[in-house]
Amino acid sequence: MTNALTKMLAERDWILADGATGTNLFNMGLMSGDAPELWNEQYPEKIKALYQSAVDAGSDLFLTNSFGGNASRLKLHNAQKRAHELSRMAAEIGRDVADSSGRTVIVAGSVGPTGDIMQPVGTLSHSDAVEIFHEQAEGLKAGGADVLWLETISAPEEYLAAAEAFKLADMLWVGTMSFDTAGRTMMGMTSAAMVEMVDKIDNSPLAFGANCGTGASDLLRTILGFSAQGSSTPIIAKGNAGIPKYVDGHIHYDGTPELMGQYACLARDCGAKIIGGCCGTMPEHLRAMRAALEGSSKSGSPSLEAIVAALGPFSSTGDGTEDNAPTARVTRRRRRIA
Amino acid sequence: MSDEDDIILAELDDEELVQQMFDDLYDGLKEEIEEGVNILLSRGWAPYDVLTKALVGGMTIVGADFRDGILFVPEVLLAANAMKGGMFILKPLLAETGAPRVGKMVIGTVKGDIHDIGKNLVSMMMEGAGFEVVDLGINNAVDAYLEALEAEEPDILGMSALLTTTMPYMKVVIDTLVEQGKRDDYIVLVGGAPLNEEFGKAIGADAYCRDAAVAVETAKEWVGRKHNQMAG
Repeated sequence: MTNALTKMLAERDWILADGATGTNLFNMGLMSGDAPELWNEQYPEKIKALYQSAVDAGSDLFLTNSFGGNASRLKLHNAQKRAHELSRMAAEIGRDVADSSGRTVIVAGSVGPTGDIMQPVGTLSHSDAVEIFHEQAEGLKAGGADVLWLETISAPEEYLAAAEAFKLADMLWVGTMSFDTAGRTMMGMTSAAMVEMVDKIDNSPLAFGANCGTGASDLLRTILGFSAQGSSTPIIAKGNAGIPKYVDGHIHYDGTPELMGQYACLARDCGAKIIGGCCGTMPEHLRAMRAALEGSSKSGSPSLEAIVAALGPFSSTGDGTEDNAPTARVTRRRRRIA
Repeated sequence: MSDEDDIILAELDDEELVQQMFDDLYDGLKEEIEEGVNILLSRGWAPYDVLTKALVGGMTIVGADFRDGILFVPEVLLAANAMKGGMFILKPLLAETGAPRVGKMVIGTVKGDIHDIGKNLVSMMMEGAGFEVVDLGINNAVDAYLEALEAEEPDILGMSALLTTTMPYMKVVIDTLVEQGKRDDYIVLVGGAPLNEEFGKAIGADAYCRDAAVAVETAKEWVGRKHNQMAG
């Protein structure tokens, strides 16, 4: 199966994705606690402006406003029956923006986590998770998304459930996880383990990678961890524009456009092919990232020290992939294999 | 070292049994923990000793490994679930025997924020450390916090937020407490993925807690300090 993204991946050395959705929408007046997906219906012109701002800043690809557009998240806003519809609208607005851009721009249908913890630790069953993801995937497909874009996932079970759902929807997809806890996902998955998981997926993603998490430095360490595994699947880097700071009653991400330009080039050097921003990444950051990528060529993989020197310290000393990573207590009843 | 089938809890002496319960908590084995609690009680242990020496002791190990990035959320949830099995047996007995209280906490995710995984983890770890926890759930406006503080008279107010757009609401709650002259009645702890120490200071919280394990350590430290002050 080929489509706009497989073609772009084959032709290009790097692809610039988009920046933040939430941060931008809050600047447009979205109140905290409101479901951004409801704006696809209430304020389509604002969603169009959001997409357009990424396209105008040079993004080759943007994500639709459907991150929380699954039944499980929408239930919290009593809109659980609208997952298909709101996701379709998100993609339709995106399709219009992409088609009128005069160049190839990919509409990536964003699919975020369910917010529930899967069995056996939590309550969400595999079959329910597949159904939730499938419903949203069909909506995004109906709205004209080129690919599905799974993001900010913590649990391997959830990633696999989404993969299964996307197969049912017969859609190509990519999927990123969020590595925010001592260099691993909240559920403990390392970068190396994610590569191993992705390589085994029957309906494999066109690309995989990391988004959000703790700051640009940590994210690049994760990208290096992916690259070290030598997978042939393209890698995605979508890091936050620095660290959130509290300034005069507002949250401000401290990453400057210049810094994000450096981050973009370092991400490419670490082995990422699809490069974008996450929280705090505004159009001015995207412009700087595009200019930096166009104005330089790929160099060798940076050392961890070089990443720290350019973007600041890591949030944890290791990320679970190093040889001397700490191991769990050996218990008598159930021996653990580190 | 023996295989799984070989461990019969009732045949272990007290010290070995407590060690085995540490292991079983670590592995999240609820039935084994319930059995262990019942055995210790049947041997005449005070409920408070079972709580502090076996359960809290075991959860302290879990908490330390969580803090150090060795265990992650799934393991901690399983351990907390096992611990709750033991607590369920102990709770009525603790009330009957008038056991000393470690402290009490009211906790909730702030208004506009519907995320609760981290907050639930803090609740469970706090209970695991012997605290009494009143969990207000998600999306709490300032009035909900104030009512609960009034009704429950806790030592600690805990607030959680996952979103950069909701974390400023913590300051609204703290400012209201200041206005009403109640700020110093409580230890205010804040946490959540996008927060940091600088933010905690900026809004006037007593401490920012990076994770559930740190929350427990910080809570113990501050409650200890508060009690010392009152005694002095």
